[in-house]
Amino acid sequence: MAAEPKTVDEVEDGLRSVGYLTAGATALVAFLATKLGKPVLVEGPAGVGKTELAKALSRYLDRPLVRLQCYEGLDEAKALYEWNYRKQLLRIQAEADGAAWDSVQEDIFGEEFLLARPLMTAIASPDPVVLLIDEIDKTDQEFEAMLLELLSDFQISIPELGRIEARTHPVVLLTSNNSRELTEALKRRCLYLWLDYPELEHELRIVRLHCPELGETVAHKLVEIVQLVRELDLKKPPSIAESIDWARALLLLGAGDIDAATFRQTMSVIVKHRTDLDTVAERIGVKLQPQIADAVAGGRPAG
Amino acid sequence: MPPPPKLIYGGLPERQPGTFDGELLAFAEDLRSEGMAVGTSEILDAVQALRHVDWTAPSDFREALATTIAKSPDDRRIFELVFERFFFRATEAQAVRLGVSEPQARGEGEAGIGEELDLDALRREIAAALKHGSESDLRDLARLAIAAFGKGEGSGVLGVDVQRIRRALGLRTERRPELPEGDPRREGVPPEQLRRFERHLRLELERRLIERTEALPPKRPLTELDRTLPTSPVQDLAAVHRVVAQLKRRLATQSHELRGHRRHAHVDVRATMRASLQTGGVPIELRYRPVRPRRPEIFVICDVSTSVTSASTFFLSVVHALHDSFRKLRSFVFIERVSEVTDVFERERDFRAAAAAVSRDAGVADISGYTDYGRVWTELLALIEDELHPRATVIVLGDARTNGRPPREDVFARLAAQAGRTFWLNPEPRLYWNYGDSVISAYERHCQAFECWNTDGLSTFVDALMKPTQY
Repeated sequence: MAAEPKTVDEVEDGLRSVGYLTAGATALVAFLATKLGKPVLVEGPAGVGKTELAKALSRYLDRPLVRLQCYEGLDEAKALYEWNYRKQLLRIQAEADGAAWDSVQEDIFGEEFLLARPLMTAIASPDPVVLLIDEIDKTDQEFEAMLLELLSDFQISIPELGRIEARTHPVVLLTSNNSRELTEALKRRCLYLWLDYPELEHELRIVRLHCPELGETVAHKLVEIVQLVRELDLKKPPSIAESIDWARALLLLGAGDIDAATFRQTMSVIVKHRTDLDTVAERIGVKLQPQIADAVAGGRPAG
Repeated sequence: MPPPPKLIYGGLPERQPGTFDGELLAFAEDLRSEGMAVGTSEILDAVQALRHVDWTAPSDFREALATTIAKSPDDRRIFELVFERFFFRATEAQAVRLGVSEPQARGEGEAGIGEELDLDALRREIAAALKHGSESDLRDLARLAIAAFGKGEGSGVLGVDVQRIRRALGLRTERRPELPEGDPRREGVPPEQLRRFERHLRLELERRLIERTEALPPKRPLTELDRTLPTSPVQDLAAVHRVVAQLKRRLATQSHELRGHRRHAHVDVRATMRASLQTGGVPIELRYRPVRPRRPEIFVICDVSTSVTSASTFFLSVVHALHDSFRKLRSFVFIERVSEVTDVFERERDFRAAAAAVSRDAGVADISGYTDYGRVWTELLALIEDELHPRATVIVLGDARTNGRPPREDVFARLAAQAGRTFWLNPEPRLYWNYGDSVISAYERHCQAFECWNTDGLSTFVDALMKPTQY
């Protein structure tokens, strides 16, 4: 469908049509990324939809998504390319004995013997893609340095083969949970987008979008509770994905309201540490006792 | 001379105030003066980005600049503050230059409003709008309020005028039950909104002042208070945990410097032979014995005496975070004598419970409550001497204030000599070291000492770990 968005609003509508509600600068940054052809560094707490943004962009721009999941110890062979040495060996053996070394050598270092890994795939693809480099902060600094060439010039240098340049311009998203300060060099090449936990209204819209069957009041209460839980001192605050999961769980259970009992039974959907469970049960569970629940409900704006 | 055929990004911008490129460069200068690293490439990106967004929407303009220039939450905060300051001043400067003012609006406003409007109604209206007013509503209201209540030249001090107008409007954050039912001020104004309103008041007053005097007041640099992100102790704890997680990585990967040289890579004959079966017995691919990162062993010794009270919460949170990251860790707290708290921290996963447990039953036998470093070292040496070895790391958290007692640096030197690395984190700024009863220099000869009283200091320490050591 829309290959090239023309305005920021178009991007916003487009992302909404594929099930991603943008807030703040998200749509603008996505738009600039397609226009300027610069990679976007998306940072924020876990579970605010960083990876989801890349997926949504790929759906909206109708481009295939190439994903590179980073982890400690990820190296070039797994991210860029590797020589398929078995095939090279076969090739040498299949060659008649008389063949000159030179010709064989030239033969076996051709693109045919290259095993493309995600970054190479994204670069070499004939159709434009969306490249997602997920959790870049998990890798070592050396790997970051290796990415620089790719991110600024969209090319990869292979010593034996020369330079492979991007045939099309990929949209690149890098995500980071901020567990490590990224290098200045990398940041300099990127647009920066900070995603945070959404505001109440925005999260409500997201939950309603993903769980339209859930009643309005229940959804409102659910989001309110999730926001309250996030304010507590927790090891892992609930993410957006977990609010949606919780909404689905409530739907399955057929709960018409979130009372203290329902909350106690289902809170493990949003809180996933033993100590956190205790804190939440103590601090939020109490508020849901019938008489206090009315007070909580009374405090919110009508609608 | 003919101009160069094609310039990147359309050539050098004109560097004059009033032209857009000039203003953008000045803005970047302003950001740099507040300590942000803004590269030329980032300014170029910003210019590129502005080609694609609609400038008439202020938020789009600001976001386009922010996404290309501010690259971390901290930077973003500084960006917001400087953006406000800079563009306000730039607009006003341009207005003064071009001689633009608002004579008619002001003439009518000040003469008319006071008589026509019921002041009490205006008060209520403003309070009501404050509850759910948008940013531009607030600005209009601020202008209205100044027109109605800010008559005359003012006191000359903006802050005083702002408070005078706020009082005249009767805006307070606390509840006021004496007011009639239905008055929006009865419930009190949300403090957040009130602050925003005051900011608009201040801006409007400043605007008038500039218009009157036709000169810009000197700009105020950002204070530390503005600069820091609003944090809670909880976030601080999380920050400490993050830095300690880095520390773990650094300590674990220390031996990896060798990896590049393959200095200690031994060929694994067995695995190589097995791999060679794939290639008909020809060992094409050599297999190496994996270089196992050594598992660091850490001894952390933490001062909890009264002289480091302000830092001890931070210290304990560091110990707590270390326990989260390292399995082979022994921790001690000391005042006059030393006491092992490894169990306490391993049992209590919750920081506050752990801190409480340490102060309750760590059993730091102290008679005087004053630190006795000499005694601590002697006791500690007896406790852990057998376990110290060159791969162990000792981290001391303390201020090295001995209260005049013998520092016994010879014992400390023995500790440090037996451990592989020894670090000292001192909560005092380097300026105060060795003043009074601080004897850090005696210990510093045997270890690396760092200033460290917050997460910034802790990250400096972690960064220093990466530097090649002379050992």
